[in-house]
Amino acid sequence: MENSKQEQTLVRKFEKVNRILEKHSYNQSDLIGILQEIQEEYRYLPEEILTYVATALGVSPAYVYGVATFYAQFSLKPKGKRIIRVCDGTACHVRGSQTVLKAVREYLGLKPDEDTTPDLLFTVETVACIGACALAPAMMIDDQVFGQMDQEKVEQTLESIIQEEKGEEANVFSQ
Amino acid sequence: MPEKTEKKVVLINGQEIELNGEKNILEVAKKANIDIPTFCYHSDLSVYGACRMCLVEIEGRGIFPSCSTPPQPGMSIRTNSPRILKARKMVVEFLLANHNRDCTTCERNLSCRLQEIASRMGVEEIRFRERSEVLPKDSSSFSLVRDPNRCILCGDCVRTCQEIEGIGVYDFAHRGSHSMVEPAFGKKLTEVECLYCGQCSIRCPTAALVVKSEVEKTWEVVLDPDKFVVAQIAPAVRVAVGEAFGLPPGEITTGKIVSALKKIGFDRVYDTAFSADLTTVEEAEEFFKRLQKGERLPQFTSCCPSWVLFAERNYPFYLNNLSSARSPQQMFGSVIKNYITKFEKVPVDRTVSVSIMPCTAKKFEAHRPEFVSQNEPDVDIVLTAQETIKLIKSANIDFGQIEPQPFDVPLGMGTGAGVIFGVTGGVTEAVLRYAYERLTGEELSEVEFNSVRGFQGLREAEVDFAGKKVRVAIVHGMANAQALIRDIREGKRDYHFVEVMNCPGGCIGGGGMPLGLPDYPEVLRKRAEGLYNADRLSPVRKSQDNPAIKFIYQNWLGEANSELAEKHLHTSYYSRRRISNELIRIQEAKSTHKVDIAVCVGTSCYLKGSYNILQRLLELVREHELEDQVNIGATFCLEKCSQGPNIRINDQVITGVDEKKVQEIFEKMVLAQV
Ligand code: SF4
Ligand code: SF4
Ligand code: FES
Ligand code: FES
Repeated sequence: MENSKQEQTLVRKFEKVNRILEKHSYNQSDLIGILQEIQEEYRYLPEEILTYVATALGVSPAYVYGVATFYAQFSLKPKGKRIIRVCDGTACHVRGSQTVLKAVREYLGLKPDEDTTPDLLFTVETVACIGACALAPAMMIDDQVFGQMDQEKVEQTLESIIQEEKGEEANVFSQ
Repeated sequence: MPEKTEKKVVLINGQEIELNGEKNILEVAKKANIDIPTFCYHSDLSVYGACRMCLVEIEGRGIFPSCSTPPQPGMSIRTNSPRILKARKMVVEFLLANHNRDCTTCERNLSCRLQEIASRMGVEEIRFRERSEVLPKDSSSFSLVRDPNRCILCGDCVRTCQEIEGIGVYDFAHRGSHSMVEPAFGKKLTEVECLYCGQCSIRCPTAALVVKSEVEKTWEVVLDPDKFVVAQIAPAVRVAVGEAFGLPPGEITTGKIVSALKKIGFDRVYDTAFSADLTTVEEAEEFFKRLQKGERLPQFTSCCPSWVLFAERNYPFYLNNLSSARSPQQMFGSVIKNYITKFEKVPVDRTVSVSIMPCTAKKFEAHRPEFVSQNEPDVDIVLTAQETIKLIKSANIDFGQIEPQPFDVPLGMGTGAGVIFGVTGGVTEAVLRYAYERLTGEELSEVEFNSVRGFQGLREAEVDFAGKKVRVAIVHGMANAQALIRDIREGKRDYHFVEVMNCPGGCIGGGGMPLGLPDYPEVLRKRAEGLYNADRLSPVRKSQDNPAIKFIYQNWLGEANSELAEKHLHTSYYSRRRISNELIRIQEAKSTHKVDIAVCVGTSCYLKGSYNILQRLLELVREHELEDQVNIGATFCLEKCSQGPNIRINDQVITGVDEKKVQEIFEKMVLAQV
């Protein structure tokens, strides 16, 4: 059952790309808007989709790639739905941000060269000071700050987010 | 008051110059022989105006780039004021800051525009630190090497490939200090739609795009006493090599090149004009047959490897219309390996065939697996004109003084018709000279067909052959070719014979020719004139009258299009649409027993409505509740574009699918399997 939900999401996404293109009447000059909407849909700009968009708009893939890499808002690597930013500013670093990072990555089962979970739920990044030095070591999940982290707290926090996500997904499909 | 018809003039460096509708100050200056340095301006491309090299000072207004500023009557312009000189020097310094500066080991050492201008500007030190990051070079293709570390972001290659080729392999990517000019997704040239034509490379002002050199390989074989090294020299090369030795473009230096190659150690030197004559005969005979049967028309020429590759990728439905005759390079290669070895009595594996070409794509062509005789490539080494010049220079030959020598016999003779293969329209003219006599049985007295000459992107002519009207078209530049073929397919134009050359001007504009700066169109014009002069000076001007051609048919091939000729001088083509294995996952089945469906969304299928088929399939899967057992994906090109829209079910490709057939196919092939 769970699988077919995911499948349906994928189906919808591809349909979405076409709908996005249609909405912009396949207009080359709307490329940025089109890419924005695609990124909202996929959370990144997959190579095959960009090639598809180039085909549909009648421009070269190099051109689409150029636009996609010019704007900082676009990402060509998959990003998770939730972004975890582990602070590695001085204060956090001293108080053990590396342990926190390790705990996060281990809990999510990320391989050394991965920053995003295969289910595209989480992306892990490190950032310089998030201004929560008093709570060091700190991390953010999307806009929310979590302070005084240790391995146990990392696990609890992530667990509750995963539960939250599951609930949300169920909601979407029961609508 | 009677109005005085005032002359519109500007002042450049105090000199009065009349305006005649020039679009920019640069053109006005050029007219008066005032040189302004440029990087990103090419008169055959759109104006980009970004390199700032061409700055001039306009009195009372300030500093402007001359390539993109229109002249206005009364302007007073200075091209060399102290402010300008300083600003220009700064521009060069900035460019050099981000540029690998190992000039002595650079492929373009002494032929680099950046180096030349830096030395002219008197840049002595660069106050900026060199970029430390070293990016990988792309040497994936046989033809070109791309070194991003030498790129100055002038964008010339971007506009060349977009405007002349109509492809757009490169574009600007990333931003700020990471800005780069590169193919989509940072891919290699062999992974994108590149035709290896080298048009980008001859316009690149640095060594960021260069010809892949085979000079060293050539030295190795010529110095090896065991090797029997045979060269062929393409028509276009003979009117350009001199440019590197202080001779004007268009000067015919055939004999000097032969002589230089002999000095270097080549055992035999032949003329590709001979195999161009052979091509004329084979291709014309093929054309008559088609004309009589009224099939596979228009016949497209097949001498240009970039065009052939483009057709294989984009026009699979026209592959039968391409002449099956091999290009002159490959015909000669085959003659060398299959015939010359016999009468010279040297084994094939000791024979090395080297062709001297104007073209970078010929390197790719020589590697096509079809062109192999007795397990050896027909052409072992392709040297572009640029490399040939380097070869001659590295042998310390005084090209100006060297005594010309004739080609070797008995296959050294090429006619004027073969020689003009090097210029756009030449192949057509050679075929017409042959066809006229063949179809009318009369002698052709006026051999020059002026209607097919010139540099217009598309030229058309109707030739009357004893009541039979034959319509021909000549096109050069792949963007022009694409437009023409669109028209033909839409029924707006109709021909019997179409000559296509990738490079503007034909082979004289090849990507391996000497760089024609600063006035490229003028250089092309002179090279073309050179070839037409060579034709005029030829004792024999029709391919069919070439004694060497008669000789080879008598002694080896029998007659045109004979079995032997088909085997050694003709070829076949195949669709090369790239298959990208990356499937866009749309629906993934989790069951172990499942059916895989891929719908092609490549350009061709997409335009024929493959998206609706995809939708319909998804609906069907849903209706039958088969989501768990059917994988659906979208894929790029299943290499059967002419029969599209195409889908693949498991390993079977089904062509010509339409929305109505989907249901039936689904029932037969999917329902039956689950
Ligand atoms: S070689 Fe020709 S096709 Fe390839 S990138 Fe350069 S201009 Fe484009
Ligand atoms: S590769 Fe050459 S032509 Fe292209 S942008 Fe760089 S310097 Fe200019
Ligand atoms: S040549 Fe004018 S700005 Fe580059
Ligand atoms: S686009 Fe080539 S088979 Fe579909």
